[in-house]
Amino acid sequence: MSLKDFFNKKRKYATIPSDREQPAQMNSGVMTKCPQCRSIIYTKELKKHKMVCISCGHHLAMNAHDRIHFLLDEETFKEYDPEMSSSDPLDFPEYKEKLEKDRQKTGLNEAVVTGEGYVSDCPVVLAVMDKRFRMGSMGSGAGEKISRAIESALEKQRPFIMFSASGGARMQEGVLSLMQMAKTSAALKRMDEAGLLYISMMTDPTTGGVSASFASLGDYNFAEPKAMIGFAGRRVIEETIREELPEDFQTAEFLLQHGHLDRVIPRDQLKQELSTILDLHHCKETAEGGE
Amino acid sequence: MHSYLPFEKPVIELKEKITELKSFTEEKDIDLSTEITKLEERLEQLENDIYGNLQPWQRVQIARHSERPTTLDYIGELFTDFLEMHGDRLYGDDEAVVGGIARYKGIPVTVIGHQRGKDTKENLRRNFGMPHPEGYRKALRLMKQAEKFSRPVVTFIDTKGAFPGKAAEERGQSEAIARNLAEMAGLKVPVICLVIGEGGSGGALGLGVGNYIHMLENSTYSVISPEGASSILWKDGSFAQQASETMRITAPDLKELGVIDEMVPEVRGGAHKDLKQQAAYMDDVLERSLHTLRNQTAEQLVQQRWEKYKQIGQTTGESAVSSGD
Repeated sequence: MSLKDFFNKKRKYATIPSDREQPAQMNSGVMTKCPQCRSIIYTKELKKHKMVCISCGHHLAMNAHDRIHFLLDEETFKEYDPEMSSSDPLDFPEYKEKLEKDRQKTGLNEAVVTGEGYVSDCPVVLAVMDKRFRMGSMGSGAGEKISRAIESALEKQRPFIMFSASGGARMQEGVLSLMQMAKTSAALKRMDEAGLLYISMMTDPTTGGVSASFASLGDYNFAEPKAMIGFAGRRVIEETIREELPEDFQTAEFLLQHGHLDRVIPRDQLKQELSTILDLHHCKETAEGGE
Repeated sequence: MHSYLPFEKPVIELKEKITELKSFTEEKDIDLSTEITKLEERLEQLENDIYGNLQPWQRVQIARHSERPTTLDYIGELFTDFLEMHGDRLYGDDEAVVGGIARYKGIPVTVIGHQRGKDTKENLRRNFGMPHPEGYRKALRLMKQAEKFSRPVVTFIDTKGAFPGKAAEERGQSEAIARNLAEMAGLKVPVICLVIGEGGSGGALGLGVGNYIHMLENSTYSVISPEGASSILWKDGSFAQQASETMRITAPDLKELGVIDEMVPEVRGGAHKDLKQQAAYMDDVLERSLHTLRNQTAEQLVQQRWEKYKQIGQTTGESAVSSGD
């Protein structure tokens, strides 16, 4: 008993922020706790490992700029529309304040960062969602940025790579958010007709209106290990069918097993695999020099 | 006999009073015709006041009315030679979505829509009009067939949403809806969508990408149900009425936001009061829409659809290359 007390007591001195309660601070603390195995890791060390837990391999959340940094060739990123953001078309209660708060917290203006750059010398256009901003939800701003990125890819005849991380359509913009699903999908259809490559990478979480639009429309649909992917929320389904769902329901592995994903790709293999795919699609031929 | 909504109570009470007076006149042989005329004038006034000034929550109730006409009701009124076609050729036949071929004023068309049941038994069979992936895939199969045979597509939207179930997820609800959005955007034939009841989020949109989106006056279209919005916003599902106003889900709201093309008028008190008259209102819009679209080339149709969706949304902080608001 006394031994247990001793440990309990010690715990009080730890100052590790819980990532569940304060996701924004997760990357800024000196130490980070893995939400899976509860190991406490130096954040610097974790970043060096692309936010993959050193002891259990769990893929922690990654912000948009870290993801771009780790994927693209050094100093090749050129951002599109960095200032663009949703306005408040419905004059929705507290929405402006919420947007402002997330701007302060993340330094972003929207839940997605778009732009162009090179992956192993292949020129690409990419869009990377950041779930710290309004849970990565898609409203007019995110929808417009993604559509424009797709339009740029079409104009420049480049492959488009999408990293989804989103709870779905943004409620505060009502049907305008819903229509962004149609807009982004229509843009992708144009790209598809032009014979251009679109790679969709689903990261945790990819649900609702994002899952039911551009995220599912890749020539290749990939996901990160254990990412939660689905249309309806787990709780809603359990309440509807009055049945408990299996543990792995709506995980990337579950989707792979049910035929909805091409591959589940661990983060440390991603750049290599993407490079191979881009290469097989002759992407370097349009680039200067090549390898 | 219709069932009535709470806000219609004053109208019903007055109607009952008039009937009472009329029978009194006949039975007791007392002339009350001046009183009756007066009351009938008041009824007219009252109906105008109530039905002419419907609040969002009242429209939600009309949109959900158990007697509100369904897709098959309108198909019966607007088209001839309708033949229902079943199945997605992949898994099964989802009865929450109906579709087939028909004739509209002589022109062959493909019609597709969400289908609610009229009673509990039918609702169970049709899953309350909430489709599984095979419903969307059946719809897509029929749309691609329409494209092959150069038939315009008319869709009716009337669902609380795509079904949130285990099997639906396993079979790829997200992919089924996403695929429809992209493919409908690219169809080389005219696509006209009519929102006739509840337009519930992605499940509605899955049949709703077209050259024209028209909406019945008392139908709704929303990203989340008022109840859902209420429970997220106020952590309590009972503020649905307030949410129905905040979310701007009615036809007049969506016309103002530039999401829909036309608001189709409804017969006073709601479409269920007079199906034939309601169908006549829809017939007018449908005929005009088809007439405009039939003269366009495949390229023009696809381009018009893209331009339409491209401009939906309201953003700030755009760079120089941008267009729109």
